Amino acid sequence: MTTVNTTAAVQVAGLQKAFGDLEVLRGIDFEVARGEVVCIIGPSGSGKSTLLRCVNLLEEPTAGKVYVGGVELTDPDVDIDAARRRVGMVFQQFNLFPHLSVLGNVTIAQRKVLRRSADEADRIARDNLARVGLADKVDAYPAQLSGGQQQRVAIARALAMGPDVMLFDEPTSALDPELVGDVLGVMRRLALEGMTMLVVTHEMSFAREVADRVVFMDGGVIVEEGPPSKVIGDPTHERTRTFLSRVLDPAAAEVEE
Amino acid sequence: MTEHAEAAPRLTRRQRRRMILGGEYGIFVVAVVLLVSLANWGALKTNFAEWRVAKTLFPDIITVALRNTLLFTVTGFALGLAAGLVLALMRLSSVPPYRWFAIAYIEVFRGLPALLIFIFVGTGVPLAFPGVNFPGGVYGQAALALGAVSAAYMAETIRAGIEAVPRGQMEAARTLGMSHGRAMRSIIIPQALRIVIPPLTNELVLLFKDSSLALYLGVTLQQRELSKLAQDVTGQQGNTTPIIVAALCYLIITIPLGHLARRLEARQKRGQR
Repeated sequence: MTTVNTTAAVQVAGLQKAFGDLEVLRGIDFEVARGEVVCIIGPSGSGKSTLLRCVNLLEEPTAGKVYVGGVELTDPDVDIDAARRRVGMVFQQFNLFPHLSVLGNVTIAQRKVLRRSADEADRIARDNLARVGLADKVDAYPAQLSGGQQQRVAIARALAMGPDVMLFDEPTSALDPELVGDVLGVMRRLALEGMTMLVVTHEMSFAREVADRVVFMDGGVIVEEGPPSKVIGDPTHERTRTFLSRVLDPAAAEVEE
Repeated sequence: MTEHAEAAPRLTRRQRRRMILGGEYGIFVVAVVLLVSLANWGALKTNFAEWRVAKTLFPDIITVALRNTLLFTVTGFALGLAAGLVLALMRLSSVPPYRWFAIAYIEVFRGLPALLIFIFVGTGVPLAFPGVNFPGGVYGQAALALGAVSAAYMAETIRAGIEAVPRGQMEAARTLGMSHGRAMRSIIIPQALRIVIPPLTNELVLLFKDSSLALYLGVTLQQRELSKLAQDVTGQQGNTTPIIVAALCYLIITIPLGHLARRLEARQKRGQR
C-alpha cells in the first residue's frame, strides 16, 4: 500500500476518523515535506481541524496511519509523549495556562518534560518571546494580554520545545481583525526561517503568499491540492470555486432558499 | 385593586410608595418596642450575661477550648482535603473500580449525619477493633471523623473544579509532551484548586462548627473544645452565660471566614474574562 517516506516531515495514509456515526475524515492521504508550508482550507465541518488534531493524535484516528519524521504515531506501542514533543501546536483559543506568567507558560514544559535547567529554560523562553516580539511581557499574565499577544506567546511556548513541525489550528480566527496581522507576521517569518508548517486557516491572503502548497478539503476528503496560484487562483473543482467565492467576497454570496 | 386605584386616584404614585414604606418601618418599630417591653430583662441578664460566670471561663475558654476547636478543625480539614483530592481523582479515573469506590464513599458519607460518624469513631471502632490506638488519641479520632465527613463534600467540590478547567488546557499540556499525570499535577489541579478556594473556605466554616461533635468522643478536661466546655460550665453553674460566650467565640472565627469566602468569590468573578 503506502510506503513510509522517511524524508517527509509528516505523512498521513488512509486516515479515517468517525465520531459515532458521523464520518469526519474519509480516507486522507498526504505528505508534508521538510521545510514546506502547507495551508489547509475548506468550509467549516469539512474535517480540516480534525485532520490537524489527528496529526499529533489529539484525536485517535479510526483507521489509517500517521507518521511524523518517519515515526508512526498510530503505533499502539509508540511513546506518544516523546513523539508529541517534536510537534508544536497552536490553537484557535490560544489555551495559555492562566495560572502561570508568560515566562512560566514558556518554561514549564521545558522544565518538566525536557528536564532543562531553570537557567537554560529561562534563556530559551526569552529568546523565543523575543522572536514573537514580546520580550517585554515575560512577567505579565495571560489575562493581561490582548488576544494577538496571547497567541504569540502560545507560538513561543510551542517553539521553545524545538519542534520539527508546527501545527496551526485556525490561529487567527478568535482574534479581533486589527490583531490578526501581528500573528500572521510571526508565522510568515517562521515560514521564511524554514519551519515545517501545517496551517488550517481562513486567511486566503496568507495562504496565497506564504504557503508552498494549498489543500482544499470538503466533506472529509481532499478535493484538490497544489500551489496556491493554482488552488486559490485557478481552482479546477466547482466546490473549490464556490467556497473561494464565499470566502473572498462574502457579501456577494447568494442565500439559498 | 388597580381598577379601584384608577377610579379614585386620591394618592399619587409617590405618595402611595411613601405610605407603604412608612408602614413597613412602622411594623418593625412596633415589633421591637413590644419585644423590649415584654422581655424580662433581669432574668435574661442573669441567665445570658452574668459577668461573674463569664469570668470563670477565662482563660480556659481561649487557651484550651478555642485552641482545641481550632486544632480539630485544622487537622480534620487537612485530612479531608487530602482524602477529598484523592477521591476526586478516583471519581474521574478511567479505571471503573476506582470510580465505583469514590462514588460509594461520597454517597455514604454525604448521606450520614456527622454525629453518627463521631459515635462510630469514638465508640464503635474501639469496640470493634480492640487494641487499636488512634495516633494522637482523641485528636486523631476527631481529625479522622471530621476528615472522613468533609472528604466526601470536598471530593465533589474538587471534582467540579477539575471539570471546570477548560478542555483546551489538557490538550495544550499534552501537545507540549506532558503525560496525563504531569498535566494534571502541573496544569489542571493548580487551576482547579484556585477555582474551589471559595467553596472550600465555606467547607472550613462548616467543619469549624462540626468540630463541636468531638464532645461525643469522651474527652478529658484538657481536650474539651468550645461546646463541651460551655456545656460543662453551664451545668456546674446552673447558668446559660457560658453558651453565649462560646457562641461569640465561634462567631469571631466564622463571620470573618464567611466574609473572606465571599470576597474570594467576588475576586474570582472579576478575574474571569
